[in-house]
Amino acid sequence: MADASPERETPAKPRLLSDPKFRALVFQIIASITVAAFVFFIVRNTLHNMESRGISTGFGFLDRVSGFGILQSLIEYNETSTYGRTFVVGLLNTILVSVLGVFFATIIGFIMGVLRLSSNWLISKLAAAYIEIFRNIPLLLQIFFWYYAIGFNLPGPRQAMSVGDSLFLSNRGLYLPAPVFESGFMATGLAIVGSIVAVIFLARWARKRFEATGQLFHTVYASLAILIGVPALVYFLSGSPMHLDYPSLQGFNFQGGVVVIPELFALVLALSIYTAAFIAETVRSGIQAVSHGQTEAASALGLRPSWTLRLVVIPQAMRVIIPPLTSQYLNLTKNSSLAAAIGYPDLVAVFAGTTLNQTGQAVEIIAITMSVYLLLSLIISIFMNWYNAKMALRER
Amino acid sequence: MSHDFAPLPDLPPPGTTVGAVGWLRRNLFSNVANSILTLFAIYLLATLLPPLFSWLFFKADWIGDSREACTSGGACWVFIRARFSTFMYGFFPENETWRINLIYIALIACMVPLFIDSFRHKVKLGVFVIFVFPIFGFILLFGGVFGLEQTETSQWGGLTLTLLLASVGCVAALPLGILLALGRQATNMPAVKSMCVLFIEFWRGVPLITVLFMSSVMLPLFLPEGVSFDKLLRALIGITLFQSAYIAEVVRGGLQAIPKGQYEAADALGLSYWKKMGLIVLPQAMKIVIPGIVNTFIALFKDTTLVIIVGLLDILGMVQNALNDPNWLGYSTEGYVFTAFVFWIFCFSMSRYSQSLERKLHTGHKR
Repeated sequence: MADASPERETPAKPRLLSDPKFRALVFQIIASITVAAFVFFIVRNTLHNMESRGISTGFGFLDRVSGFGILQSLIEYNETSTYGRTFVVGLLNTILVSVLGVFFATIIGFIMGVLRLSSNWLISKLAAAYIEIFRNIPLLLQIFFWYYAIGFNLPGPRQAMSVGDSLFLSNRGLYLPAPVFESGFMATGLAIVGSIVAVIFLARWARKRFEATGQLFHTVYASLAILIGVPALVYFLSGSPMHLDYPSLQGFNFQGGVVVIPELFALVLALSIYTAAFIAETVRSGIQAVSHGQTEAASALGLRPSWTLRLVVIPQAMRVIIPPLTSQYLNLTKNSSLAAAIGYPDLVAVFAGTTLNQTGQAVEIIAITMSVYLLLSLIISIFMNWYNAKMALRER
Repeated sequence: MSHDFAPLPDLPPPGTTVGAVGWLRRNLFSNVANSILTLFAIYLLATLLPPLFSWLFFKADWIGDSREACTSGGACWVFIRARFSTFMYGFFPENETWRINLIYIALIACMVPLFIDSFRHKVKLGVFVIFVFPIFGFILLFGGVFGLEQTETSQWGGLTLTLLLASVGCVAALPLGILLALGRQATNMPAVKSMCVLFIEFWRGVPLITVLFMSSVMLPLFLPEGVSFDKLLRALIGITLFQSAYIAEVVRGGLQAIPKGQYEAADALGLSYWKKMGLIVLPQAMKIVIPGIVNTFIALFKDTTLVIIVGLLDILGMVQNALNDPNWLGYSTEGYVFTAFVFWIFCFSMSRYSQSLERKLHTGHKR
């Protein structure tokens, strides 16, 4: 079909430079070229500098023998192991500190956050004092305090503080009884796995029934009963195939048991106390974010106070708490790198510290270290985003 | 007979619900569980506080100049007293410390009007403090001109270095952070946006300690031959890049909080991008993000203690250094308690300031 109004005046074509799309394109090209040139400049300098200083490149060093020992390692490691294994040892130690820190910080943080909101004036003020004191003091200072001021001044092994002759705290660290598994323990292990699976199915079933009929099922109590009861039953039926190896004083130090070295002890203590102060604030603001009308509506419907808390307040508060909680967990993981300052053999200390000093391959080592932390951050945030999406408000 | 209705005067409230007794019953002993908690807390305080206070104050030694003065079994504050000047000024030449004091006094004099509500030129003064004051401070600190004796950066230390690192890091990171935030918001420029996202997420994902390691061992490799940076400058570059990512995220929050109508109105008036941002959006956004920036500043202020890892002696470094002095072995608790007190005063007052600012500014855009 022919154009109906061919003689209509076409608007003057705008100048190319005032076209926003064209300008954006030009600007992006200029920006990209600048960044690329900067990167090229750095890479060229780096290659040149490394050549003139005789620094070897590549990741071949990971297969070379490290030649140094490490204070604590979760896998077998000695002086003849490779740098690659050093990396794994450091990484595992970092993960150990982070997991322990997250565990204790969550517990302390939630308790303190709830206490902060207590109707009891004294308790609430004590919790507030805890929060304000510990979150306003640098973490490194707190680590130094627990390690140098407290840890070094603990009594020696002979005068160690003990709890029931099984737990010993001295300047050599914290000694705990170690479980020793005998051959028949397999059955109990299977029972534990089985009860976990059973609890997952139970929780699903309870949820479905709740959504279909509105009938509540005490999932928490039932799960606890299954989780503790079944393995315990199997354990005793199979003739208690496990005993505890208690640490005992022999000569100048303890033998047997598991030892938490003072570095790990100080680090976990400082990290949990510091992060817990932040988590407590998160928890407090999360609970306060649930409007009072919700609680009142729940009581008007005749819910018991405990149900109000479980079914109305906590689910809504968790929604507010989880995103900042994630970033606290991330911070804790990143802050665990302060281990290097007191000589706990984490990734930064053994890899970005000792290994770097021995091999001089700064670029590769720093790159690996940083990518590990980026990856850890990524994993935690993906997990938390998934959890957050599950908990989020489903709006219709 | 007339039955005039004359109400009796109100009875006073029961004695157990008013006054101190009433307060105690309401807040401490409202039920059995609360009473037990209260008694437990009182017991805890009664066992912990008296020894703590007697160590801190009553049995402490305050006067003297060597460890021989510490005899009474409490804290040995003599140690802090003897080393106070290194904790504050580092190894700055002793008869030049007036220069550092002058910077502090000038800074306080500049800051005071910012807290006075009726002061009209806050923005101008703020810009002056952020952009002009650092030059003045640098001249005084570094010297070499106007007949001032030149100092080495290795002589800078103690609290001075802590404040220097935190404030320079924050001030230098501010423009970079704003640019990054604008870049991240630029949805019509995917290449620029993704570069900014990459930059921000990279620095936010890695711990500061690896950044400092990187700036101390990798930065020298990045530079052309013959160019070398001072140790302090290297740390400052690392801190600035790290901090700019955090500031970018705070500023982005502010940019997102500005209603879309403001952007559209600016477009409708035909303002260019930079005029739109500079005259309409950023002035409003920056106002809301001031508390957030103060919070990142507090975090950075605490994090500057990490420079001890790359061999710079901030206040904590100076304390560690003094603890290795054979004359003062074994006074680590005193050293750490003092440092913690200094940090606490700074951080607590700044966080209170930021909270009050938040309340004051939370008027316009809350919906």
